[in-house]
Amino acid sequence: MAFRNYILVCGGTACESTKANDIFEALIAESKAQGVGDEVQIVKTGCFGFCEQGPIVKILPEDSFYVQVTPADAQELIAEHVIKGREVKRLLYNKEGSRKHAKVEDIEFYQKQFRIVLRNCGFIDPENIDEYIARDGYGALEKVLFEMSDEDVINELKVSNLRGRGGAGFPTWMKWNFTRNAVADQKYIVVNADEGDPGAYMDRSTLEGDPHSVLEAMTIAGKTVGADQGYIYIRAEYPLAIHRLEVAMKQAREYGLLGKNILDSGFDFDIEIRLGAGAFVCGEETALLESIAGHRGMPIPRPPFPAVKGLWGKPTVINNVETWANIPVILLKGGAWFDQIGTADSRGTKVFALTGKIRNSGLVEVPMGTTLREIIYDIGGGIANGKKFKAVQTGGPSGGVITEEHLDTPIDFGSLTKLGSMMGSGGMIVMDEDDCIVDVAKFYLNFTVDESCGKCAPCRIGGRSLANLLEKITSGKGELADLDQMVEIGEAMKKASLCALGQTAPNPILSSLHFFRDEYLAHVVDHTCPAGSCKNLISYFIIPDKCIGCTACARKCPTSAISGERREVHLIDQEACIKCGICYETCKFGAIEIR
Amino acid sequence: MAKMTLEELRKLRDQKKSDIQKRDIEGKDTQIIIGMGTCGIAAGAKGVLDTFLSELDARQLANVSVTQTGCMGLCYVEPTVEVISPNMPPVIYGKVDAAVAKKIVDEHVIGNKMVSDHVFDRPSADIIQDGGK
Repeated sequence: MAFRNYILVCGGTACESTKANDIFEALIAESKAQGVGDEVQIVKTGCFGFCEQGPIVKILPEDSFYVQVTPADAQELIAEHVIKGREVKRLLYNKEGSRKHAKVEDIEFYQKQFRIVLRNCGFIDPENIDEYIARDGYGALEKVLFEMSDEDVINELKVSNLRGRGGAGFPTWMKWNFTRNAVADQKYIVVNADEGDPGAYMDRSTLEGDPHSVLEAMTIAGKTVGADQGYIYIRAEYPLAIHRLEVAMKQAREYGLLGKNILDSGFDFDIEIRLGAGAFVCGEETALLESIAGHRGMPIPRPPFPAVKGLWGKPTVINNVETWANIPVILLKGGAWFDQIGTADSRGTKVFALTGKIRNSGLVEVPMGTTLREIIYDIGGGIANGKKFKAVQTGGPSGGVITEEHLDTPIDFGSLTKLGSMMGSGGMIVMDEDDCIVDVAKFYLNFTVDESCGKCAPCRIGGRSLANLLEKITSGKGELADLDQMVEIGEAMKKASLCALGQTAPNPILSSLHFFRDEYLAHVVDHTCPAGSCKNLISYFIIPDKCIGCTACARKCPTSAISGERREVHLIDQEACIKCGICYETCKFGAIEIR
Repeated sequence: MAKMTLEELRKLRDQKKSDIQKRDIEGKDTQIIIGMGTCGIAAGAKGVLDTFLSELDARQLANVSVTQTGCMGLCYVEPTVEVISPNMPPVIYGKVDAAVAKKIVDEHVIGNKMVSDHVFDRPSADIIQDGGK
């Protein structure tokens, strides 16, 4: 059946939260009302990635990219685009105000991207297994069940040089091979979908947009290493991803692609979902396995590694969502194909969640070796509101900051580690000149202190001590010796903590101290905050020469700290001022300064 | 659906693949653009669109996309259809009906030969062998 138009509505969490579901329903209702219900196919897909512009509706074959659509626009989209073939220009994406960027290929955001993991995201209906199958879905499983030996599978992964996408970058084939070679009566396959970095949502979008890719890869791993049971450990706060996984598992079972005797091959494999309560430490693999087993989510010392002694003491393959999503493609197209993409150190692509002070927030997938500058300026469109770039934080609370001078570094596992940061799971938070680096370090550290499980002393005590020192510095009571002490504590935590959470927690401080020592010095020596964000270190003043007495600031001030007659110079009462900054933003004459 | 065997899975994939390929715009090198302005619709462009879709379907031409546009400005010869395909100049056909649409698919898209009787506006009349209409 051919349709005159295919309307793809983004069904990711971000777009759903801005009424994508209502848009979907409205489009269906309108197409019926206007008599073209049978002539268009309306599909709710996974995330398109360009979340800044959501909710997104894409209409094929014209490839028109409609952004910030509302349910009320459905009538016009059907009447104009579908029935009369006229693009609804006011809804098309544009960069600088002219609605001329109609086609997806013209949008800078997509030009440097290369999609392997997100291959089906934003194209297929994730709740319809047929659409996944039509895109060669379960083809890799076929090969593994009927054509390839277990060694072949391991070997193909070895040739591909796929490294784990959860952060540490351990070669996937080695993990699998350890488990395959381990002798045990029971083995397990586990998906780590406990995505917890602030600002990161790569795994959520993959599961929401293409759940079958992960299910297929798990079944492949089960066959290869000799496991018949898999678990997906996912946070309870990802309801849409959980729902799509449940639908996908049900459909796969009905088709005989999951369960007993898969495709009549004699191989049994089934999957269960385990919901996490949202503890960051449960993203650490040993803590995650403890949590699945019903114990308190705390890491245990390695070795032995989970590959040999994991869930309930049995050999367990545990990989991150993104790693899993790569597997079916590698087995279909061959390890050699994958090995051509990326850099010598890291093959393939990486999905990043680009957020912060960036113009185009969203989900991007680029080949390894793409530079940070390309991601931030070409794909991300640069800094929002014309501010100046300051730094980018990669790897979330475990990573570090990277400055302007290193923006041309090609991204891979090795290069980011060399810069004192890390790949992490793929969070990328961009900061501009208004962000105080000490305050940012404090934010991340407070996050890891909150999330520390408290089992080992270096993380529990070290983290708290660092947080206290940063609090002291941002409140204007810091001393020069505090900086050295922070380095000392940080280095000790790196060496002595039990798991990656504690080992990497000092990274934001250590790397920002390295690159922005001046800014720390301003805080402890001059007791000022150059970015004007640490409230205890700044005061707002009115510049008498510039104030015309318009009273705008006085009227907005929430504590009535500003006094002055009309057309006379105003004055801020420093005792009453809470440093909210509203006067600074309100003044049209630049008469308020931060000192 | 009941549990599948390998053969059934392959059969299902082949069947669904052609459906999803119609949605995919990758790998399509030929474009048929139909003028769907008020004038076009009044003159029967909708029927022409349906004919193109079903003809392409019947002939399993996976490299052709059918898109719509507004009025091309040739209201006196509606319905109008532009065909852009490799090895051929872009051609605008006028007075297209179901029969002509079939002819365009057979002669222009498959046979790489213009349907000269219905060429209007582009390419210019002097390069059409029999002068165009």
